[in-house]
Amino acid sequence: MSIMAYNGGCVVAMKGKECVAIATDLRFGLQAQTIDTNFEKVFPVNKHMYLGLAGLQTDIITVYKRLMFRKNLYEIRENRVMQPERFAAMLSSFLYEHRFGPYFIEPVIAGLDPKTFKPFICNMDLIGCANMPDDFVVAGTCEEQLFGMCETLWRENMEPDDLFETISQAMLNAFDRDAISGWGAKVYIIEKDKVTIRKLKTRMD
Amino acid sequence: MLGINQFPEYQVPGAVQHQFNPYENNGGSIVAIAGDNFAVIGADTRLSAGYNIFTRNHSKLFQLTSSAVLASCGNWCDSDTLTSILQTRVRQYSDTHENKEISLNAIAQLLSTMMYGRRFFPYYVSNILAGIYEGKGYVYSYDPIGHCERHTYRAGGSSSALLQPILDNQIGLKNMEEKPTIPLTVDRAVKLVTDTFISAAERDIYTGDGVKISIITENGVEERQIPLRKD
Repeated sequence: MSIMAYNGGCVVAMKGKECVAIATDLRFGLQAQTIDTNFEKVFPVNKHMYLGLAGLQTDIITVYKRLMFRKNLYEIRENRVMQPERFAAMLSSFLYEHRFGPYFIEPVIAGLDPKTFKPFICNMDLIGCANMPDDFVVAGTCEEQLFGMCETLWRENMEPDDLFETISQAMLNAFDRDAISGWGAKVYIIEKDKVTIRKLKTRMD
Repeated sequence: MLGINQFPEYQVPGAVQHQFNPYENNGGSIVAIAGDNFAVIGADTRLSAGYNIFTRNHSKLFQLTSSAVLASCGNWCDSDTLTSILQTRVRQYSDTHENKEISLNAIAQLLSTMMYGRRFFPYYVSNILAGIYEGKGYVYSYDPIGHCERHTYRAGGSSSALLQPILDNQIGLKNMEEKPTIPLTVDRAVKLVTDTFISAAERDIYTGDGVKISIITENGVEERQIPLRKD
């Protein structure tokens, strides 16, 4: 089994109309054994930006901490909030620094520009090759299922409520067909004046 | 598998290595849906290997009787062999039973037995059988060694992971508190099959070109073909 699928888990992010959404499952396991059902793989970066990390749990925590260190240094030195594009570039070069001994994670970024509130989503491979599409990004052990769901359910210019329903249904039905993802989910809807966080009850098997 | 690499003492100059790999994945995807009094089964029409496309118009649907259609994908020559033997057995049945057509559940069992007969050198195929029996729609799916299971909807082949959760959501109505009461009609089933294939063709390189759909009702089998993206 691949080290990327050792702990299980998945993350998905979607663009909407003047809003973005990011969602995570809550399982942390060791291969088929479930250890924790409340491990969140999405972390706050700043007011309008969240970072999702799928892959090896120990690397998820390390990458998040080392990234926040770099981001905080930037914000103190520049005395302004970091834009999602800059954060993605920073994460990409951070991952490529470890080109020949990589962190086993696939990151997903979702956020709004701090000034223009333009939606931004991005995902990368484990060595920092970034992809910034107009629709949705997926990562984790049920990537294929998520691609199938998102490709069918996603539409352009969805309102926040619609986006929440879409990302929730995409995630829930995708990880129900994956044995090492699931056990609850958490969805973040990021709008310019508020962030709505909802915990979803799901089947626990 | 054990190879010469596991026996270094035989790795001398002049030692000839023989390898035979009979299996090749030729891709392809299947979706089948059973309704109250009908069954719909669709398969894409691409035949490929690696990054090559052999043909864009290869049917993976095999009509066995007036009420049963088998879809078979995976290794093309295995599916060709298996379906032609099965078609022969279906013909033999009607010849020995005064032209009586073999029933769907009998085909389901026969196919399972035939595939398990090759337990130690299996047909490398993903099979889904759809049809009607005593007026009701049924779908049976198989693994390569003949395990048979009945479903109301099923996806198989290279895009099965992409397609199955969509069916869970749209037909199984999973993860919904207020379940919509839309009846599953032939038109809706055909539309769903088409839409799922359009989604799969976006992301899976082994699925595309077109989708052939067979609609099985009491009046027989109707075939339709819908184009998909060709890249």
